[in-house]
This record gives sequence, C-alpha cells and structure tokens, in this order.
Amino acid sequence: MTKPMARRTFLRRAGIAGLAAVAGGSGAIYAARRGGLLPPDHGGLFGVSETLTYGAQRLLVPHHTLAREFDRSQISKVAEINGYPPENDRYLELLAARFDDWRLTVDGLVARPASFSLPELQRMPRRSQITLHVCEEGWSFIAEWTGVALSHVLDLVGTSPAAKYVVFMPYDDWWGSLDMVDALHDQTLLAYGMNGGDLPTEHGAPLRLRVARQLGYVSIKYLSRIVVTDSLAAFGEGLGSAAPEIGYSWYAGI
Amino acid sequence: MAEREPVHSAVVRTTHWLVAISFVGLIVSGTAILIAHPRFYWGETGTYSTPAWVDLRLDPVYEHTGWGRALHFLSAWVFASSGLLYIAAGFASRHFRSKLLPSKVELSSRAVAAALSLARRRDAVAPWRYNVVQKLTYLLLVFALCPAMVWTGLAMSPALTAQYPFLASAVGGHQSARTVHFIVANLLVLFLVVHLTMLVLVGFGAHLRAMVTGYRPSSEDAA
Repeated sequence: MTKPMARRTFLRRAGIAGLAAVAGGSGAIYAARRGGLLPPDHGGLFGVSETLTYGAQRLLVPHHTLAREFDRSQISKVAEINGYPPENDRYLELLAARFDDWRLTVDGLVARPASFSLPELQRMPRRSQITLHVCEEGWSFIAEWTGVALSHVLDLVGTSPAAKYVVFMPYDDWWGSLDMVDALHDQTLLAYGMNGGDLPTEHGAPLRLRVARQLGYVSIKYLSRIVVTDSLAAFGEGLGSAAPEIGYSWYAGI
Repeated sequence: MAEREPVHSAVVRTTHWLVAISFVGLIVSGTAILIAHPRFYWGETGTYSTPAWVDLRLDPVYEHTGWGRALHFLSAWVFASSGLLYIAAGFASRHFRSKLLPSKVELSSRAVAAALSLARRRDAVAPWRYNVVQKLTYLLLVFALCPAMVWTGLAMSPALTAQYPFLASAVGGHQSARTVHFIVANLLVLFLVVHLTMLVLVGFGAHLRAMVTGYRPSSEDAA
C-alpha cells in the first residue's frame, strides 16, 4: 500500500513546510519591526505582502537614489487630473483670495514650529525636476514640478532625531504620510509650480507634495499642515494615510 | 510497486500548486486593476487625452483597484518566490536537462510535426512523457513568459526604476512595460486553457492525482 504512505509523507512534509513558512513569516515581521521596515498598514494577510514590498524596496533601493528625470521635450501636452479641488468654505475663501491668507503650518516633533506663506516658500532654494507621474489607475504623464525640497523646510524647523514620519494634512480628506527616507529624499518637493507656471488649482494649488518614487496618490494636494511625528497611531485609523482606510497601500513605490 | 519512481518531485508539486493558486490570484486581481484604465500605450506616458495603442473600449471601473492591487502583490510574491524555487531546484536536480531539454532528434521538423499531429489523436498520446512541443512550451513558459511578467511588473515601479532604470528603458518605457505585461498575461491565460484542455484529453483525474501525490496511478486504479 504505497498510496496512503505517500499521502502521509506528503501531509507531514506539507505540515513541516507550513510551520517553516509561519516561523519564517513571524521572523520576517520581527526583523522588519526591529529594522524600521514595518509599514503602518502591516496587519492582516495583505499586510504580509505590504511588509515584503516595503522592506524589499527599502533594502534594494539606496535611500538617495533619484527617480528618472526626463528631457523638457518629453513633457506631456496634457496632464491628467484625478479628483476635484476641496469644496469646503475655508478652501474656497483661500482660492478666491488667490491664497493671500494661506499659510503652511509645520509642527509636531520639531524644535521651532512655524508657518510659511507662499512667497516665503517661493524665496527658499528652488528646485525643478521633470519626472513621470504615475496614477494607480494605470495612466502616466511627464511634467516639470517646481518647489522647495521638503528636507529644506524640515531643516528650518529643526526635526527631532526621534522623528519617524512626516504627516501631510490637506484641505480635503486625502491625507498622507512619508517615512523619513522619502521625506528627506532630494526629489521630494513642496511644489508650487508646474510646467513653468503656477500650480493649477486642480493639481493641488497652492502647494502640493511631489514624491517621485511613489504612485501619484501619495503626493498629497492642497496642503495645509505638516506634522512631524514618531508614531502614526493617532492619525486617522492609525494606518499611516487615508489610502489604507479604503484598501490601498500606504507605501506605493510598488 | 513500492519502489516506483515518482513522476513529479515534491518541489515540482509544491511549486506547481503555489504557482497555480497565485496565478489565479494574479489574473483576477490583474483584471480588477486593468478595468480601471482599459487602454494601452507605447512609451513612457499615456492618458485619456492621448491616443491609445490598443483601446479595449470598455467603460472604466475604478472601484476595484484597492483590493486588486493588494491581492496582485500578495499573489506576485508567492508566484515569484515559488517560481525562483522551482527554477533553482530545476537546475540543481537536473530536472530541466533530463525532462524538458529536447534532444537534437526531437528538434527536427519531422519530429515536431509528428508531436503536433499526436496531439490531435487521443489514443496515440503517450501521456506520461513530454513530447517535443510540450517541452518547448514549458521552457518558453518558465524561461521567457514568466520572467517577462516579473520584469515588466517591476518595470512599472517608480522606486525600482529609480535604481534600475533599464527595467523600464529596455522595454520602451513605463507604458510599454504595462502593455507588454498585458500581452504576456493573455499568452499565459492561453497557456492555461491549452494546459487544462490537454489534461482533459489525456485523463484529468490521473494527472491531477499525480501532481498531488507524485505518483502515476497503478494500472488497477487507473480505470
């Protein structure tokens, strides 16, 4: 009777493989937590692959590597838009006054909490880059973005060494956050200009985040406030951004 | 009878089923992602405002990309790691050389034609040994189509192309990678359809059992 034996052997081997997978999985989660490679949305079955993707990319891609930049001649004629500008009174008032009263608040784990007007941000060292904007839906366009490096603003306010994340609050509900790797990345901009002009309203005026190494939905538009923190637990559902609350990944380097 | 050689090793069986399950996950979730923008382009860019290279003419459905992406990446991790394990074990155990590499004789046009005509005659099929067309198909699957899927998948990552720009540039850009990903996905689905059809033709139950237990049914329970 070879078959029952084969089956028993197979089941025993499958059991051992299963245990090894569970042990390996828990080991990986433990290592990820110790190494700061555990994304805030690591829970559940999909959390396993979120952790693998985030951890693998943080290990495989040097933190300062720049996203591909393109030639001016490659800039797309039309820059697709996803979503609509906020419709709340506060934003509409600011828009009507051409953002004269708008200020960006930067606080949290910083030595010198501050708020900046648009002209103040525009007087800071200016950086322009022509990069690919990829929407999670599948389309993409190339545009030139102009702004100040987020790292410059974080330096001005004096980020605490305990800082682990930077949270971005807009005038609508689509808030987000970055780990310090992407927050301090040279191409991570607070952008006020696009394709040589002011940032168009529907692209996030007066100021939007631009994260060149992640999908478009991470680049929060219509910024109002930036909070430096060591924990994302107190923000929204504690998953790191609005995205995981409706089933998307917090980290979208894909 | 107890000393029978298994037809499929434990590694082949385990990775076969992991790849099979994750492939279903990839196709279902890939479709969920695809229908959010059922148009394809060549180059780096493409939006509703630009001409499509291929337009599937479907109404876009945006609601399914959240779970779609989550399932796609979970499945992709299982698919790619099982595939790598299979390939590594296949080289180490000389599986590819002994079972999948066709001999010079098999590669003659007459032998290929014979294998193709066999496929149409159920009674003449030798179901427990791969013929040259099967061998070439599996080699194409393992060493061309599946790696192309992983490559073009990685080529769509803005983080990975920062460090490895050739991932995207070698296939003509971000949107080209997406287009190739879709075309090869269709070839893989075509493979699955042919694979299942051939299994039904040569005896689905016996082959299914062999891919679970490792052994072909003995003559008395093959009936």
